[in-house]
Amino acid sequence: MSGLIFNLFIFVLASFVGFELISKVPPTLHTPLMSGANAISGITIIGALIVAGQTGDEWAQIIGFLAIVFATINVVGGFMVTDRMLEMFKKKD
Amino acid sequence: MSHFLPSGLQTMLPNIIQLVYLIATGIFIFGIKRLGSPATARSGNQLAALGMLIGIVVTLFDQQILSFEYIIAGIVVGSAIGAFLAKKVEMTSMPELVAVFNGFGGGASALVAWGEFTRVADPTIFSGQDLVTTGLSILIGAITFTGSFVAFGKLKGFISGNPLTFPGQNVFNALLSIGSFGLVGWLAFDPTNLIIFWTLFGIALFLGILTVLPIGGADMPVVISLLNSYSGLAASMAGFVIGNNLLIISGALVGAAGLILTNIMCESMNRSLGNVLFGAFGGDNGGDGGNTGPAADTDKTVHKTTAQDVALQCSYADKVIITPGYGLAVAQAQHVLKEVVDKLEKKGVNVKYGIHPVAGRMPGHMNVLLAEADVPYDQLYDMEQINPEFKSTDVVLVIGANDVVNPAAKTEEGSPIYGMPILDVDEAKRTIVFKRSLSPGFAGIDNELFYEDSNQMFFGDAKDTLQDLSQAIGEMD
Repeated sequence: MSGLIFNLFIFVLASFVGFELISKVPPTLHTPLMSGANAISGITIIGALIVAGQTGDEWAQIIGFLAIVFATINVVGGFMVTDRMLEMFKKKD
Repeated sequence: MSHFLPSGLQTMLPNIIQLVYLIATGIFIFGIKRLGSPATARSGNQLAALGMLIGIVVTLFDQQILSFEYIIAGIVVGSAIGAFLAKKVEMTSMPELVAVFNGFGGGASALVAWGEFTRVADPTIFSGQDLVTTGLSILIGAITFTGSFVAFGKLKGFISGNPLTFPGQNVFNALLSIGSFGLVGWLAFDPTNLIIFWTLFGIALFLGILTVLPIGGADMPVVISLLNSYSGLAASMAGFVIGNNLLIISGALVGAAGLILTNIMCESMNRSLGNVLFGAFGGDNGGDGGNTGPAADTDKTVHKTTAQDVALQCSYADKVIITPGYGLAVAQAQHVLKEVVDKLEKKGVNVKYGIHPVAGRMPGHMNVLLAEADVPYDQLYDMEQINPEFKSTDVVLVIGANDVVNPAAKTEEGSPIYGMPILDVDEAKRTIVFKRSLSPGFAGIDNELFYEDSNQMFFGDAKDTLQDLSQAIGEMD
């Protein structure tokens, strides 16, 4: 099985998991869910680390640096603001 | 960082890294699952953040990573900006912030693919499939980047919220889209031709702008949700490019989540996704409660009421339901509302909040705004839960909401909102609408509810009227 096909299997199966996980979320949580999922999409930071950490081509490193800045804004900001929202969700005591 | 490790460990390192990625993936899935219930959501988000941290730390041990200057600088700068924005944002501006973060995420994926492409002196060593995923990553990432920032501009009012269209726009955009996919294919055959690469990049950036401009300001949340899905896809494509399963899986999870949310939003507005994207519907001139439009031109009469009267009716009711809309948040009246509810509960009145799924500026936004005012989430009821209860309700307070309680959605087939699921407030014994004037909501249609015999209008700014109401209830003791 070629790498691409194997990766496609993973991609499709993970999409199914995503559909299953999200379709049961109540409307109450849609805003935090959107911002939390958005933070997770910053996972591309891992690719950015690899591009910025390789030596050889200075331009690639600079592009990688920019990618890290962008992705970190997404990740750090996304998780923090989601936490800020969810912190406010309280049950009646 | 791998050279710090003993040599035995170094040979096993690639496998160890992959196994840790597997653990991080599991944590993500578990975290998203916990995000599904209010009681566990916060820990779910924190778990997901932990998964991300583990993924980042273990990647630093990757043998391909040799220099850390750019990495450290990038993380410091990005964290500072991200943390600043997250701390500073007003809860009413959540849609804008999500748009901005989303734009950066998509942009990062495009940059990763660009960096990979640039790093290799001879791109012909890439396989055809790597080149296709590189092209797709750039295409989707760049569309997400510019599209999200246009959405941000529209939400913020920097760019007109009205749909900006020109004749043949949909055809033009369709041709550009097809053309960009063609370029992705061409790049795979001719990777040394940088003109193709740059044309693709440019068209993708341009396409993000062109596809969001014709969409009305009120539909921006749907667009952001869809772009969120794109940024997941872009991350997944970047995962294909660098051969990383963690990226592929997490990206796919986000892609699926974004699609489902987009779909839910369209359903709650009774619109198809196609209609949202290509229908050029609605401007930003609506937004009820916030602006003082001219009173509707009509002979029909409404019943006006006063704070004292509302206080009396609510105090002697067994059951009161409050249906808030974004007008409440515009007037910054959530805290006063909470005060009114507390007073009523002290008098033994059963008070619930009925929340329409699209109340606020994005789905679930009203819940966040009320949570900020310390309203406990178990007092908030979704539309499906609350609708059967209106029949047995004495008083419904409609505050800053309009279209989501308009019975025309059920009765008037010609109405633009016909078929949209609404809160059945008209079934209650009494409705009291808090509103500035009789101006229509963003859909621009009159609301029959206002003229019903069972309805009373309490005119004024939401904050002022609620303050008067709170005082009036207090004076009854």
